[in-house]
Amino acid sequence: MLKDITIGQYFPGDTFIHRLDPRIKILVSIMYIISLFFVNSFYPYIFILGFILLTIKVSKVPIMYVIKGLKPLIFIISITFAINIFLTKGEVLFQIGPLTITKEGLSQAVFMALRLIFLIIGTSLLTLTTSPISLTDGIEKLLSPFKKIGLPAHELAMMMTIALRFIPTLLEETDKIMKAQMARGADFESGNIIRRAKSLVPLLVPLFINAFRRADELAIAMEARCYRGGEHRTRLNELRLKRNDMVAFGIMILFFGLVISTRYI
Amino acid sequence: MENYMINMQNVTYEYTSIGEEEQLIAVKNVDITVKRGEHLVILGHNGSGKSTLAKLMNGLLLPTEGDVYVNNMNTKDIEKIWDIRQTAGMVFQNPDNQMVATIVEEDVAFGPENQGIPPLEIRKRVDEALKIVEMEDYKKHAPHLLSGGQKQRVAIAGILAMKPDCIILDEPTAMLDPTGRREIISTIKKLNKTENKTIIHITHYMDEAVEADRVLVMEQGEIVMEGTPREIFSQVEKIKLLGLDVPQVTELAYELKKEGIDVPQNILTVEELMDVL
Repeated sequence: MLKDITIGQYFPGDTFIHRLDPRIKILVSIMYIISLFFVNSFYPYIFILGFILLTIKVSKVPIMYVIKGLKPLIFIISITFAINIFLTKGEVLFQIGPLTITKEGLSQAVFMALRLIFLIIGTSLLTLTTSPISLTDGIEKLLSPFKKIGLPAHELAMMMTIALRFIPTLLEETDKIMKAQMARGADFESGNIIRRAKSLVPLLVPLFINAFRRADELAIAMEARCYRGGEHRTRLNELRLKRNDMVAFGIMILFFGLVISTRYI
Repeated sequence: MENYMINMQNVTYEYTSIGEEEQLIAVKNVDITVKRGEHLVILGHNGSGKSTLAKLMNGLLLPTEGDVYVNNMNTKDIEKIWDIRQTAGMVFQNPDNQMVATIVEEDVAFGPENQGIPPLEIRKRVDEALKIVEMEDYKKHAPHLLSGGQKQRVAIAGILAMKPDCIILDEPTAMLDPTGRREIISTIKKLNKTENKTIIHITHYMDEAVEADRVLVMEQGEIVMEGTPREIFSQVEKIKLLGLDVPQVTELAYELKKEGIDVPQNILTVEELMDVL
């Protein structure tokens, strides 16, 4: 189950999407997110779906891989769905006990769930096609104008790189500790929520201790490799905007304009 | 002095933990000189101070007493610390905990990036380093999908890309399976023989010491034995007394001798024993 989380997992490749400048990809993703919030009817979703499918196709990331990324968030999506479907007032479709389902509620619920799904798929495409290092490079560069007002852009970027780097390692470790505890009779699956939360303690304690140990070792290893913060640092792949980046950005502006205009037509 | 890569003069290191009166002396009055191009193995079991010794060699720790010189630079000299770390690169035990990046080639580039090398030169160094450790086919891979031996080779490449004269390996094979260990040992040999790097290899596997030019044995922070592998391992009883093992073949020769069969005491490899028998 833990292996299924794809957020922050890079899917290596060498496609048009993969080669785009991370700064452009981040900006494009932000525009995509904003545009989703402007949607107020179902029709633009068809267009967005088409756009997303096309992007996935071009990026050559297996579609199942993208969809699998939704799995851990099903809980949030279903809660949103439930809240909207039961709490929206309007024309009553049917009633089960104290719960009423309205026509508006149903459409609102589907609408919200779709919005969330598109949000997640879109943003996970960003992390799937951008190696975390270039992602944080992009963030660092985009944030660097704010260095003047004291924003530690490089440090933030480095923290994110390391966090992303250790997601698979820590997941693997969680799996291992879980199995080890289960082999000794620990039960993570039965009981009510409080019992289950309690049963996580023997899992979290070793995980945290190990994470701190790892952090310590990593810091020493980084120092041994001459790491001394962002000053005087060069990069293997310096960021340079190319023609493709402009093309992608142009396409996004078009998309952005189209989606937003649907609200006012 | 000119020919010494690393020169430790009467070095002592104490760990002070806050709130405790007792101080732990990890390294006690150690004098070591490592020649350029030498392949030195430091043996000792857990807690013998060998990892502390390694960290003293590139300024990760500073000696409580005495001085450590790397290529004639004192590790206490704050101005020189980055030069020292670039000269004496260090590979650690756990390959997972020394990788920063999620792509092999970007991880290898981390060191030179920190040194401020121009991008084109970094690219050249990364490709060269990956070629030396025979990982050039994996340069776009994610490190967590590699085997332990491959990860450790990438870590070595990461150090090589900084162009050090000397590489310190702190139990690089402790977390690897036998295949991974073989890969690392042959890489280390290659670095020493073809790339002319000074190697300081810290381990507790006796078999890995056989190929060294010189072996040091540590016990409770002190150097208790020193010599060529042959000299060290012929003293089977003394080694056992220190709680260490000798290579299997040497042990066999020793047992044979005890049973009254006439074999020399300084056998190190299977081939040698076969010749004698």
